[in-house]
Amino acid sequence: MRRRLLIVIMTMIAAGFAAPAMGQEPAPSDDQVNEIAGDLYCPVCPNTPLDVCETLACSEWREQIREQIASGMSESEITDYFVEQYGERVLAKPRRSGFSLVLWILPLVGVGVGLIALGGVLRTWRREQEPEAANTADDSAVSAEMRQRIEEELRNLS
Amino acid sequence: MIAEIGFVALSVAFALTVYATAVSAWGGWREQPVWVQSARSAVLLTAGLLTLSVGTLIYSLQISDFSIAYVAENSNLAMPSYLRVSALWGGQAGSLLFWAWLMSCFVAAVLVGKWDRDRDLMPYFISVATLTTGFFIGVTLFISNPFTRLWLVPGADELTIALFSPAGAMLYSLPDGNGLNPLLRHFGMIFHPPTTYLGFTGFVVPYAFAMSALISGRARDDRWIRTSRRWTLVAWVFLSVGLLLGGRWAYDVLGWGGFWGWDPVENAMLLPWLTGTAFLHSVMITERRGMLKVWSVLLIVLTYSLALFGTFITRSGVISSVHAFGTTALGPAFFIFIGVTFLATMGLLVKRLELMRSDHEMESFLSREAAFLLQNVVFLAITFVVFLGTVFPLLSELFTGDKVTVGPPYFKATAGPLFAVLLLLMGVAPLIAWRKQVAARLGDQLRIPVVASVVLTAIWGYMYESPWVAYPALWLVVFATLAILVEFWKGIRSRTSQGENPVAAFNSLITRNRRRYGGYFVHLAVIMIGMGFIGEAFFQQQTQGTLAQGESLHMAGYTVRFDNLRQYIGPDGRQVTDATTSVLKDGQLLATLHPRQDFFAEHGQRVTAPDAYSTFGGDVYVILIGWDNIGTGGSTFKVYYNPLIAWTWIGAFVLIGGTLVAMWPQAAGRTQRTYVLKPVSQGPRLGTGGAAS
Repeated sequence: MRRRLLIVIMTMIAAGFAAPAMGQEPAPSDDQVNEIAGDLYCPVCPNTPLDVCETLACSEWREQIREQIASGMSESEITDYFVEQYGERVLAKPRRSGFSLVLWILPLVGVGVGLIALGGVLRTWRREQEPEAANTADDSAVSAEMRQRIEEELRNLS
Repeated sequence: MIAEIGFVALSVAFALTVYATAVSAWGGWREQPVWVQSARSAVLLTAGLLTLSVGTLIYSLQISDFSIAYVAENSNLAMPSYLRVSALWGGQAGSLLFWAWLMSCFVAAVLVGKWDRDRDLMPYFISVATLTTGFFIGVTLFISNPFTRLWLVPGADELTIALFSPAGAMLYSLPDGNGLNPLLRHFGMIFHPPTTYLGFTGFVVPYAFAMSALISGRARDDRWIRTSRRWTLVAWVFLSVGLLLGGRWAYDVLGWGGFWGWDPVENAMLLPWLTGTAFLHSVMITERRGMLKVWSVLLIVLTYSLALFGTFITRSGVISSVHAFGTTALGPAFFIFIGVTFLATMGLLVKRLELMRSDHEMESFLSREAAFLLQNVVFLAITFVVFLGTVFPLLSELFTGDKVTVGPPYFKATAGPLFAVLLLLMGVAPLIAWRKQVAARLGDQLRIPVVASVVLTAIWGYMYESPWVAYPALWLVVFATLAILVEFWKGIRSRTSQGENPVAAFNSLITRNRRRYGGYFVHLAVIMIGMGFIGEAFFQQQTQGTLAQGESLHMAGYTVRFDNLRQYIGPDGRQVTDATTSVLKDGQLLATLHPRQDFFAEHGQRVTAPDAYSTFGGDVYVILIGWDNIGTGGSTFKVYYNPLIAWTWIGAFVLIGGTLVAMWPQAAGRTQRTYVLKPVSQGPRLGTGGAAS
């Protein structure tokens, strides 16, 4: 990890030298930087978005984003650069390609299977129940005599 | 010496759980109550011994016995005594012991209270519950023991950590300990782990009752559900509050502007909550209509397994990398235990399928039963996507060698719409009748909430300058709330029309049907909590800038002005950098905020403590990010506007209140009476005389 960090910092320093001279335009604001950094994850600390990560390395990465914006790179170009440098793990939202496609397809499959299963269960329950429909109707219907008894007892109850 | 007492108590407790598991199952199988009676005594004794064990560890933390490795690692002399208590769950070994203790207390409490009423369910209940408790005690004893000591072996460079003295070694006591991780020094972190653990461990009670019903062949009736209902609610409310406390901690300490980051540890806690909530609903159909028996058992098994999975995730370090899995025996031990119990349970369930046929069948697609079922499917779908997103980085690393990150955008895109369906169901389902609902009448009932909610949403959205995508979310909140309030209103009106005054009517409405109206309160709470999520997803604003003294940042109509910066050393040695900022609106001072950064030199750790000005509409949340020179130079601030977030915390209290209403026993004499028709044989004509007796 440490060696990787070193390499990262070295490349950043190199990139810093290579960056075109600034000064003609005002430097991109923190908000512009955060907007891009918010969709990226810190390549070294697990599960920390780049815009809030407090490590020194991350603040240097944010400076790098600022320079990239200043040099006219678009958001997707900057994102691509980071993916190329540090792998897909820097993306907050995995790409919809390759193995990560599984991540996006499975929920749809899961919900679909769930709904089909639900529909199937409800249907079989209804089908089983239908032949008995006449029966249950008889059961639940209270005979006139019974109803009279209930009425009468209720009257006496109060 | 004290630590040895704790260790011996732990060892004896382990032996007792092994004994109780075996003997109780034997007693149940051979129908010899004397063995079960003995197992019960063993369980009660286990709880006592673990209490003693926990007590000795707390005592060792209090007296700063730094010859105990755990004490030296997780506390130091500067810590106040309440933090020393919380150090019990600040580290791995202590939290496992704490977990085992809570679980044994739950099991013992069940055996004290329910012993006589459910004798026939008890043998296997004890057996299953002590098996789990025994697993945790075993892990604490053999893998991650909090009572290991530090030893100095002559000639060695490093201290040896062991339970018993290595040959020729001397006990070594460090002058001072490491201290609790600075991030954990917050009230949320003092209460969050115990409440979450109470939630996790509490689910062992319904699980063990379900297993007992399966093993003993009594799964046909729903007595295991009635018996365990209150325990399930206790577990559920603790888990809910634990989740919210964790969110509050993240909001106050982590300083990234939100309270829920969809990070694997949070997700791992959310998973059993999701299935547990589905379980709470599915058992209602099982109780009322004798349906979905297998499904209810399945859900509690899932809940229990996911609670174990949560501990596995948080404690094995597997989430940071699959390669961390084998570094301690803890990961494999949990993995095997979860796998074995899950498979064994499933096998048992399949074997008993025949027993658990439904008493009734579904009568209509438009019925309360069907709505519950849909709700259950949605809950499981959310569980599935959250689980998938949580373990996907591991799968990816395993199959392709590349790590990926699954962050909030994924969960918002997948789980978000599913939660929206739940909100909709929350509004509609309580209006749908059991068995069969006539569609036209449902339409009549829905007309008022639908029309009113559309109007109110339009006004609300206009005032909030809402983006169009947020309107459906706002509407769901308004609609679900109105639908529930209409239910209350209808209940009260039918009582006031009989001459009761409104307050008394409200009171008697709730006390006469605690489960129903307690449930509505909880629904309202969930909507409030959901408002925080909606605010974050659609309306959050942020800005960042470096300010000289007197300069301001502007956002959402608020002005945040940087006034001053000072640095000092805190009582526990932290180096505090404290900024004074003013929140203004229309030139009027609303609040003075003190965002801070604390640096803990001994841990090399920096803690960002944001400060917030909170209103019902939204929070102005200020973070101090950096500074150049004291006072004169610029300081960098990040300011978030977090709309509606206060409702999440209010919702937590409503949720607790609602659950209490639902759990509280029906007052004597107020229980709903059932009236049995008198037999015909009593006379040719009935009802002559006082029939009510």
